[in-house]
Amino acid sequence: MPSTTPKKAYASGIRAGLPFLIVVVPFGAIFGVIGMEAGLNIAEVMAFTVLVIAGGAQITALQLMQDNAPTIIVLATALAVNARMAMYSASMAPHIGTAPLWQRALISYLLVDQSYAASVLKYEEKPQWDVRTKVAYFLGTITPVAPMWYLGTLAGALAGTAIPESWSLDVAVPLAFLAIVAPGLRTPAHIAAAFVALVASLLLAWMPFSTGVIAAGMLGMIAGAEVERAMGRRAA
Amino acid sequence: MDSYPIWLIIAALALGTFLIRFSFIGLTGNRPLPEGLLRYLRYTPVAVLPALVAPMLAWPAATDGVTDAPRLLAALATVLVGWRSKSLLFAILAGLVVFYGAQAAGL
Repeated sequence: MPSTTPKKAYASGIRAGLPFLIVVVPFGAIFGVIGMEAGLNIAEVMAFTVLVIAGGAQITALQLMQDNAPTIIVLATALAVNARMAMYSASMAPHIGTAPLWQRALISYLLVDQSYAASVLKYEEKPQWDVRTKVAYFLGTITPVAPMWYLGTLAGALAGTAIPESWSLDVAVPLAFLAIVAPGLRTPAHIAAAFVALVASLLLAWMPFSTGVIAAGMLGMIAGAEVERAMGRRAA
Repeated sequence: MDSYPIWLIIAALALGTFLIRFSFIGLTGNRPLPEGLLRYLRYTPVAVLPALVAPMLAWPAATDGVTDAPRLLAALATVLVGWRSKSLLFAILAGLVVFYGAQAAGL
């Protein structure tokens, strides 16, 4: 039986990654713009984007610094925003866990919402793929995304404060997050998790330095897990 | 902003984020994880991201914290289209069209 070669998988990964550019480029540009507005220089903005490569956490960190939050709160909240990536790591592990260590390290650096979502969907569709093919597909999905993320940030940083506020570019940030979440609302448990987290986040907005966001996220996770447990018991 | 050790923050976020991503891929190989842990981790994206965006949409910094209809309508459109179509692309396009449409309509 002819199976997909790593080369073909890489090419099909690239095709799967391309649609994400509509989110990634403006998102990167927004980080560039607000980074410069916050008083960082280009080297700092680009180091942020290339080394951290996690837009939500980057923007969260900047917002907290502008609120004068203590450094430890800036770090804790931004990393909490990235805690979801432990889940990505956990669900990638059964598929690519036997790849060479350097490949797993490279994949870890490049494990963002977009490359994760595209790859895991494909792995579930093609369980017969070997590890090399799966790694190649993953690298394909990130090939358009990561460089354009860097370039989007650079464009935003260079444009800096020249972009008129009337464009309301800020709206792309929450919409991008919602667009990532919405297709994942597959079960009542997922919907419960999202709903509880959203309501709790608004109710806990009084908590200092955005710690309400962390608390709300945890409440949402608990709600999702408990609804799943209750539904599982009924189904069993 | 000047008072922050910005390079320390960048380095700590870069390292911390890498370690979060490397956690299971790097250390567990292809051994399955305990179901109890997975049950919570499964809901991190759908919980953390809405928690993060809710205040941004309810009290946008761009409007000095005044709730505005275009942002709320755009968020609703993004969620509904994303949920029904399972497509990130359609979801964000729907949100942007509704946002700029509602703004142009003077809502």
